Amino acid sequence: MAKGDPGVTTRGRRAAPRSKRAASAATGEPDLVQLLTPEGERIESAIGPDGTEYRVDFTDEEYRGLYRDLVLVRKLDAEATALQRQGELGLWASLLGQEAAQVGSGRALRTQDMAFPTYREHGVLYCRGIDPIMPLGLFRGVDQGGWDPNEFKFNMYTIVIGAQTLHATGYAMGVHMDGKTGTEDGEAVIAYFGDGATSQGDVNEAFVWASVFNAPLVFFCQNNQYAISEPLERQTRVPLYQRAGGFGFPGVRVDGNDVLASYAVTRHALDNARLGQGPSLIEAYTYRMGAHTTSDDPTRYRIASEVEAWQAKDPIARMKAFLTKQQIADESFFASVDEQARTESVHLRERVLNMPNPEPVTMFDHVYPHGSPELDEQRARFSKYMESFEGSAH
Amino acid sequence: MATETLTLGKALNTGLRRALENDPKVVIMGEDVGKLGGVFRITDGLQKDFGDQRVIDTPLAESGIIGTAVGLAIRGFRPVCEIQFDGFVYPAYDQIVSQVAKMHYRSQGKVTIPMVIRIPYGGGIGAVEHHSESPEAYFAHTAGLKVVTCANPQDAYSMIQQAIASDDPIVFLEPKRRYWEKGPVELDAPLDAAYPLHSARVARAGTDATVLAYGPMVRTALDAATAAAEDGRELEVIDLRTLSPLDLTAAYESVKRTGRCVVVHEAPGNLGLGSEIAARITEECFYSLESPVLRVTGFDTPYPASRVEEEYLPDLDRVLDAVDRTFGW
Repeated sequence: MAKGDPGVTTRGRRAAPRSKRAASAATGEPDLVQLLTPEGERIESAIGPDGTEYRVDFTDEEYRGLYRDLVLVRKLDAEATALQRQGELGLWASLLGQEAAQVGSGRALRTQDMAFPTYREHGVLYCRGIDPIMPLGLFRGVDQGGWDPNEFKFNMYTIVIGAQTLHATGYAMGVHMDGKTGTEDGEAVIAYFGDGATSQGDVNEAFVWASVFNAPLVFFCQNNQYAISEPLERQTRVPLYQRAGGFGFPGVRVDGNDVLASYAVTRHALDNARLGQGPSLIEAYTYRMGAHTTSDDPTRYRIASEVEAWQAKDPIARMKAFLTKQQIADESFFASVDEQARTESVHLRERVLNMPNPEPVTMFDHVYPHGSPELDEQRARFSKYMESFEGSAH
Repeated sequence: MATETLTLGKALNTGLRRALENDPKVVIMGEDVGKLGGVFRITDGLQKDFGDQRVIDTPLAESGIIGTAVGLAIRGFRPVCEIQFDGFVYPAYDQIVSQVAKMHYRSQGKVTIPMVIRIPYGGGIGAVEHHSESPEAYFAHTAGLKVVTCANPQDAYSMIQQAIASDDPIVFLEPKRRYWEKGPVELDAPLDAAYPLHSARVARAGTDATVLAYGPMVRTALDAATAAAEDGRELEVIDLRTLSPLDLTAAYESVKRTGRCVVVHEAPGNLGLGSEIAARITEECFYSLESPVLRVTGFDTPYPASRVEEEYLPDLDRVLDAVDRTFGW
């Protein structure tokens, strides 16, 4: 058992349920579940808005593993951002600042659980065991994401905002229809989306569907405060997690920069879903430290002091402080993680630079599972045309 | 071999029943498809016999119907979605063209979306606005989708089962004004015995001009051919059956014989299927044509109030008028 993590109730100071009156979306401090303060202090347990008590019980090795995940994911993301700046990627959607929400929820998934991501879930992708080069092919333009969603239980990135929440809901309905809920080893589904997506019709339809069909689904909203340039108050006048109540399922706001709380809240919601208790909404309250994508300039729409305030809540710094204070890790450990991150990012860079362009004729592949006569004809004509160039190797 | 006389609507119902019986992963979903049996009763009695997990009454939201069906398909089901009317498909348009159509491509073949989107379409039933549209060109323009339509009870029975068995996402357009027309249906014939799903059919052989039609207009074209025969002109009528991909093999062969071609559809003419068909026939049959390929279509207006829809919709006289014009060149 970890130092500083009693894990038993004898030392447990059960926090009194907090006020149900949540802060408005626009002002005030959010009312959220937190297990690790920005200063790196462990909170033994925290109470959600419905009285649920959240706690985690990690070994020292597991704590160090979470830290390693956070650092590696941040480094790989930084490498991808650099590659875009050097013209090697067409675009990149950085997760900087959102590592804890993604690693916490990603590590809470069990092997059998299915995830439906947006285009920013590189940290969840990493936790699912997918080679981190995979999304870079999409952003480099050599493919459209190369992993097998069924093998890794992690679907394709979805760029149309919120569309994947309906896919997740349908998949979860299928899980239920297949009789894979109601037991400890049942299956659960998680749908990722952002604060901007909550304005979409599809997301609201997904809430309705999941609720009335009691789908084993966790809606995981990373509220990073901005939809490209538009602040949260342009999307909502009530805290997002409170919307769940109107749809008939529980909602909870978690400190999205706290990997332990993100893990605890997600694991609890997933377990409820797999046991047949239906959907829930998690609002991971976090901050996107970088741009929406490499195409925008956040200095146009947000002020430096706000960014600085969030820097003080950095998910990695607080985990490092906790590990240090509790003597779970020492300088040599941190140095070894940094070295591993450096090595992996260099390796990633080399592999990205060596990604070949696809053969042009492959654009005709996989339009239909069994082809189409029209397309076969177009492909044949195109191939012949390409072959007509002098010296063509095609 | 069991041959029964069924309406087109009952043939669809029987075909859906067969599909539910043959494959436990087939599920039907849509608004009012359960106890009510759909507003046109196409799913009548299916929920009673197969239960509410196979025939699912959904919340009233079209994007949700299609979007959740995508998830069910990823899970391994074969969803058959009913959109209640043509004019209500647009809230689901994003899911259909951006998600359903592209999943297989984006995943490089690793994800297959074997779903059918049933849409009662077209006019002629005296309905209010948004209930009589012909949106086929929107879907036929989208790579990754296949678009088919039936024109008689036999095809309705066979094609719905073929569509459900296909791994392609298929927009299945049902000519609602023909739901009540009866015809013979061979219930036990192998599904591909007569026609594979993506193939045209010569509905009436003729020698003087070729009329191409699909869905609700096949009946109109056949009626025109009957009338033309009384005037001594033998029209060949081809039921295209499949709008994407277009099977024009029979059309090319026919036009090369007749030298004249008229394309008929209810949808507005501007950038409609007729434009594509005319272009392809011109490319393929240029030296055989005695006159330009002519189109008989709806007008480039929103679908009008039903008291004037008989004037909006191509009818026997407009088809015959076009045939006359092809002979006037």
